[in-house]
Amino acid sequence: MVTRRDFIKAGLLTVAGMTIPISALEIFKPEALASLVESFSKKKRWAFVVDTTKCVGCGMCAKACKLENEIPFEAEVQRTWVERYIQTKDGEVIIDSPRGARYGFTSNDPYGKELKDEEVAKEFFVPKLCNQCEKPSCVQVCPAGATYKMEDGVVLVDRSWCIGCGYCVTNCPYFARFFNPVTNTADKCTFCYHRITKGKQTACIDACAFGVRKIGYLHDPNSEVFKIVSTQRVAVLKPEYGNEPHVFYIGLDHIVK
Amino acid sequence: MEEHTLAHGAYWTVKEFFTYPNEYIYWTIHIVIYPYLTGLVAGAFVLSSMYHVFGKDELRPVAKFSLVFSLALLIMAPSPLLFHLTQPQRSINIMMTPHFYSAISAFTFVYLSYMAIVVFEIWFVFRPYIVKQAQERDGIVGLMYKVMTLGSYDVSEAALHLDHKIIKILATAGIPAAGLLHGYVGFIFGSVKTVPLWKTPLMPFIFLMSAVISGVAVCIVTYIAGMAFKKHFICFVPIKSMSKVLAYFLVIAFLLEGIDIVFHAYTAEEFWHIMSELLFKRFAFKMIVVQWILGMILPFILLVLPNLTMLRSFIAASLVLMGVFTMRWDVVIGGQSMSRSFAGFLEFNLPVFSKNIEIFKEGLIPALFLLAAPFFLLYIFNKVLPVFKDIFTEQECAEAEDKMSKRLF
Ligand code: SF4
Ligand code: SF4
Repeated sequence: MVTRRDFIKAGLLTVAGMTIPISALEIFKPEALASLVESFSKKKRWAFVVDTTKCVGCGMCAKACKLENEIPFEAEVQRTWVERYIQTKDGEVIIDSPRGARYGFTSNDPYGKELKDEEVAKEFFVPKLCNQCEKPSCVQVCPAGATYKMEDGVVLVDRSWCIGCGYCVTNCPYFARFFNPVTNTADKCTFCYHRITKGKQTACIDACAFGVRKIGYLHDPNSEVFKIVSTQRVAVLKPEYGNEPHVFYIGLDHIVK
Repeated sequence: MEEHTLAHGAYWTVKEFFTYPNEYIYWTIHIVIYPYLTGLVAGAFVLSSMYHVFGKDELRPVAKFSLVFSLALLIMAPSPLLFHLTQPQRSINIMMTPHFYSAISAFTFVYLSYMAIVVFEIWFVFRPYIVKQAQERDGIVGLMYKVMTLGSYDVSEAALHLDHKIIKILATAGIPAAGLLHGYVGFIFGSVKTVPLWKTPLMPFIFLMSAVISGVAVCIVTYIAGMAFKKHFICFVPIKSMSKVLAYFLVIAFLLEGIDIVFHAYTAEEFWHIMSELLFKRFAFKMIVVQWILGMILPFILLVLPNLTMLRSFIAASLVLMGVFTMRWDVVIGGQSMSRSFAGFLEFNLPVFSKNIEIFKEGLIPALFLLAAPFFLLYIFNKVLPVFKDIFTEQECAEAEDKMSKRLF
């Protein structure tokens, strides 16, 4: 007959035996640890440059992205979007991004209120996209490991594995993530991974007539991105979050959020 | 087509000023209920441990009840998450490829180990009862009890003595585990670095203390209601003791929450302008009036005024429950109402009816169902393992009262 002692022993052993193989999956995975402690990859690493001084706010990039990546055009979510910053002469800052700017900015009317030219002190556009962070906080919190970082620095989501908890969405300081209305899973810009790995440009770069956007390897001496980042003054968004974003901005202003 | 163009969150979020295009309230009512239920578990368990571990004899009538109640709550605690996931059928993925850097994933493992402790403890506590039923009853019910004995029929003096030891160990181990369980829930929020209202190392402790007060409060309310419903004689002694515990922890909970706000105000980081508008304007009624004044200060006064009565305990505990629920709401919804751009606001409108299942499942009706479910479970559990039965007689009650009045704590 089974005594109680035996029973407890067996029970505890089963529980312990079950947890060990499960935990071994991740705890001892060196790359997972490395992605959290190691900075600035020496390997081939994709990076992006956005020249805000050249952006005119036409929104062609946002439109092209939606079409290329099959995000329902009318859905109010964007893999890439453009923000408009207006500082008036009395110091007020007005920011807007109507419909992610996929229809562009056609007039001087943030939130439907017409602004006269003489009221405006400065005005510019800032395109945004996922920063493919070196230490992505979205990857850190994903309980299922459905969001992961590639060797080459691009952060991807496994749509067939994402449980849709939204932890990653709330933990991205840039709000680059959203739920895809078709797949019902977390989604975001992938730097058009399906294109760049075949030697093509991203859809937004192809769509931009003003040469605002550039993509390339960060440590490749031949890439334009490398030349810009290593010779010009560039800035990243919200560095204080420690994500080490890899979208570099030319002409960033302190009013940019 | 409608479904495919409606972004998740767009239905219930109203935006004001500048918010990012993808920004919505993604964590909704279920993420309010989830820490609420988990908190009740921790509190209820601590109460039962006070009897088993710290020898608070006057709590004997509620020890079994709070233990079984904590199991009922525990079973329901993660279900709000299931309602909230957009792919609930894949929730098992957390176990298949666990990612321990994620607090949600770590929570799952803490939760399961805690569940094991509670189930074991219940089994040991009720073993004599189960054995008796297994021997006396027959038919399906008898068979069920026979299975529940797990083949162990030894209820000799020595065996019971061993049982008591094991119960004590489990109850002791359960206290840090309960703390860990709820600390983890606090950590899930505290670790979201983009939300200034959550991002404080105090978060696990704030959550823990409010967990204890809500757990004790729910036991007071349910115990009084359950006993009254069963028409049993209600001894005031355990209630008085619980009320004391409640009053002590109310002070700690209040201080912790207060410190957090004072710190934010004093250090006044870049988000303070938007946070202060949230605290003192948009959420002022919920936070200051409902959460603090009605949910903490008033019940504290009710509990410490001399000549405490059962009715006053009941009212105070109900107020605490309401206050803690509001606190969960203010933290979860309030935290997300400040745009991450610190330049705008998002407002959450709880969906009630909707033909769209995605929207409906995050609405009021499933929420009410989830809040009611633990009580229903308790009702069923009580049929199998009666928890309202082992109560003080009037004489025992008087003796306990006498003993308690001689003690300071
Ligand atoms: S920008 Fe956001 S979504 Fe993109 S990698 Fe960084 S944290 Fe993740
Ligand atoms: S929503 Fe999906 S990708 Fe994001 S954290 Fe949850 S499981 Fe991971």
